[in-house]
Amino acid sequence: MSDKPLTAADYPISENCPDLVVGARGKKLNDLTLEAVVNGDVTMDDLRITPQALLQQAQVARDVDRIELARNFERASEMTRIPQPLIMEVYEMLRPGRAADEEALLNLSNRIRREYQADNLADFIQEAAEIYTRRGLYKSRF
Amino acid sequence: MDLKLTDKPNYRANLWKRFSDWDNRPLRLDQFAAEDPANGFSAFNGKKDPSPQVTVTNGEVTSMDGVAAKDFDMIDAFIAHHHLDPEITEEAMAIPSPELARMLVDMNVPRTELTRLARGMTPAKLAEVVAQLNAMEISFAYSKMRARQTPGNQGHVTNAKDDPLQLSADAAIAVALGFDEIETTMRVSRNAWSNAMACCVGSAVGRAGTLFQCSSEEAEELEIGMAGFTSYAETVSVYGTESAFIDGDDTPWSKTWLAAAYASRGIKMRCTSGAAAELLMGFHEAKSLLYLEARCLCIQRGMGSQGTQNGGIDGAPLASTVPGGVRELMAENLLAVWLDLECASGNDARHSESEIRVGAKILPFLMAGSDLICSGFGSILKYDNSFNPSSFNGEELEDFLVLQRDFEADGGLQSVEESKALYVRRRAIDALSFVFQDLDLSTPNETMKSSVAIASGSEETDSYLPGAVAEISKQIKDRGITVVDVIRSLHKGGYVEEAENLLFLVKMRVSGDYLQTSAVIREDKIISAINDPNTYQGPGTGYRLSEQRREELANIRGILDRESILSSEAVYQRGENKCVVYNAMGPAEMGTDKTEIVVGLSPGFGIKIFRTLAGRPLSAVLAEIKSGIEERGGTVRFVRCRHTADTSFLGLTAAGLSGSGVGIGLQAKGTAVIHHKDRLPHNNLELFSNAPITSLDHYRAMGQNAVAYAKGDAPEPVVVPTHGEALGARFHARVALTYAIETEMTQNGARPEHIDVTLKEMKS
Repeated sequence: MSDKPLTAADYPISENCPDLVVGARGKKLNDLTLEAVVNGDVTMDDLRITPQALLQQAQVARDVDRIELARNFERASEMTRIPQPLIMEVYEMLRPGRAADEEALLNLSNRIRREYQADNLADFIQEAAEIYTRRGLYKSRF
Repeated sequence: MDLKLTDKPNYRANLWKRFSDWDNRPLRLDQFAAEDPANGFSAFNGKKDPSPQVTVTNGEVTSMDGVAAKDFDMIDAFIAHHHLDPEITEEAMAIPSPELARMLVDMNVPRTELTRLARGMTPAKLAEVVAQLNAMEISFAYSKMRARQTPGNQGHVTNAKDDPLQLSADAAIAVALGFDEIETTMRVSRNAWSNAMACCVGSAVGRAGTLFQCSSEEAEELEIGMAGFTSYAETVSVYGTESAFIDGDDTPWSKTWLAAAYASRGIKMRCTSGAAAELLMGFHEAKSLLYLEARCLCIQRGMGSQGTQNGGIDGAPLASTVPGGVRELMAENLLAVWLDLECASGNDARHSESEIRVGAKILPFLMAGSDLICSGFGSILKYDNSFNPSSFNGEELEDFLVLQRDFEADGGLQSVEESKALYVRRRAIDALSFVFQDLDLSTPNETMKSSVAIASGSEETDSYLPGAVAEISKQIKDRGITVVDVIRSLHKGGYVEEAENLLFLVKMRVSGDYLQTSAVIREDKIISAINDPNTYQGPGTGYRLSEQRREELANIRGILDRESILSSEAVYQRGENKCVVYNAMGPAEMGTDKTEIVVGLSPGFGIKIFRTLAGRPLSAVLAEIKSGIEERGGTVRFVRCRHTADTSFLGLTAAGLSGSGVGIGLQAKGTAVIHHKDRLPHNNLELFSNAPITSLDHYRAMGQNAVAYAKGDAPEPVVVPTHGEALGARFHARVALTYAIETEMTQNGARPEHIDVTLKEMKS
């Protein structure tokens, strides 16, 4: 992948720059044939979106001034590294009244930053923790 | 019949009976609410709606819509931080709202300039601007501002039994109808995995690329997506007040987390919001529907959602109870596209029992186009819709197709031929059955399969019940079956095209192309707001129907043309040949018999046309007229006119030849007139213009009255009673085609011919 950010002209990436689309196990789009699936050469792992693909889509979104959408893709890119149970655990903790206090959310934030190098996500949890403190959202609801 | 005293009509009721008529209309099942801004019942003017305002200090928003940053609730805080662009805010907020409103409807102001300014506007400002537009302006602005140029549609595929065979068949039908996205949900929540697999297989029949979602509990929906069965989600709900949001058990931060989670799994995601959700939940803060929705939409843009499903949604029926409620639903869709979000524009939960209200509501969207006109068109019957009946359902699908044809407006759908419908249903059922069997999930028998193939809805099927489905669903989940297993299985069963189609869609997720704003797949290509941006700048620009698409919209079921009229008449010819013989006897002479009634037949009568619009054989009509004349002491003579096919002139010509001066003009389609030779052409004695409801008795009475006129009497005119049938709609295409066949047979100056009519078999 070149250093130059992708633009709207590169979109759809799967059509205009298919060589940039590489699955988690190194398979390219053209390798994902029905024959390969039938032979067992393609698994769900090859059909997942990759962190790189999400960053590429973020570049395209930025090029058309969809900055918030790009940020979502950048957060998602970091999230591809996080196992599903932990993603759902953080989600649960971000719901109102789940975390007992600010500390609980900040611990999660630190863990995400440390173990998954997910700075955007860690910052995002930290931001939530501050607002939840100010709005009293640590009160258990049930 | 003897009338008792009590049978006398009571004319002393204290109510005009028209009110009772009105009470009985479907409209009166709808409820309407008084405007009450203090209690949240206001579309545009909430008692506590704030005035637009913002201050930015050192690049930070320090107050917004009258609230200082330290007092922001969590929604204000989220919007100030994630939606408002401090670099644009001061510029955008300084533009007077009326000027912005004009920019929205000014075709010379580019869409992108307006979406840029929206990033700097507060919810109160956005609401204040769109509130200035009337319904037509909103619709026009919507057509200019929506993100993707090509319009599309989304359909619900569900059934009351969660029957997977029917889901598969109905998904294949939805694909054939042209839906870009299909959405399922369950009657029994644990059936989610079965529903997902069934719709996934069905949606691969016929064409690749229909996006599919299975609306269920968040964690499960994500897991189903990760297994590759689904490709999008729209269950991420957002609310406009803090209390409602918390009551919905989420915050903007938890929802943003979820939005990223979907993207991280390669699943397209849009949020859901809509008028009156807060009102339904009891947390409206005395704010208007529009202002609260503006807050929802600013949150969604801030979350980085590519799009929204809004326009009332579940709250649409409630929003529609207040004055201006439907205009508000339109206004909030406009806000969504102004904020550069993909918009699945509601027209989902049915807002009224009145078909007129439903049709009126869809029209602006149909004409303006929308990324997804309905965020859930019921492709199935109402009772099978596990969400709730939609504005349009399986029952009304053809009404929608005709609206597309009427207005040459692309609602994303097209007709399905009868043979194709049955083929794709059966193919989807067989494909899923093979997969079920191959993956050792279940073995449906032939009765189940064939009952589903022909059934309109689940009440007519002899197939799976929810309990059995739960076991299948559990197996799919517990054994970790994925779309890869399904693709292999389809291939093994010889469903190679379906396997390819499914693989095509799953491959799409690797690149993430369909995560971009307004992305759908058409003809194996991604189109989105990036490579198919709405470029409307006035007439001749923006989305226009291609000739091919126009033909698809025009091609509805049951279209009449000249050939179909002639061939259907030919079927009746054989029967008529047994009943009547017409012998041409040369030029018709002037009659001298004072009791004579001449009947003037039209050029195609009994030659090309053989029954009236009411379906009466022409031989029977002639027999009745003849009997009517003869039983009153008259005699009958038939002539055929070739110089005219017009009823009045047929009648006048016949009268002119008649010894009594009275004649009857009779068109092959059954329209008739009693005429007198001394009257002006269109000043006849009696006209029978409603051929479709003119019965044989009426023709007999016509003969009787003709004789009465000949005797100089003034008989009671024959009345053909109507019951308000839209006869024009029902018959005019056939009338015009039939009449054209007759006029084509006319010859200028041709003399009337005497016709000897032999009725071989009297009809009664």
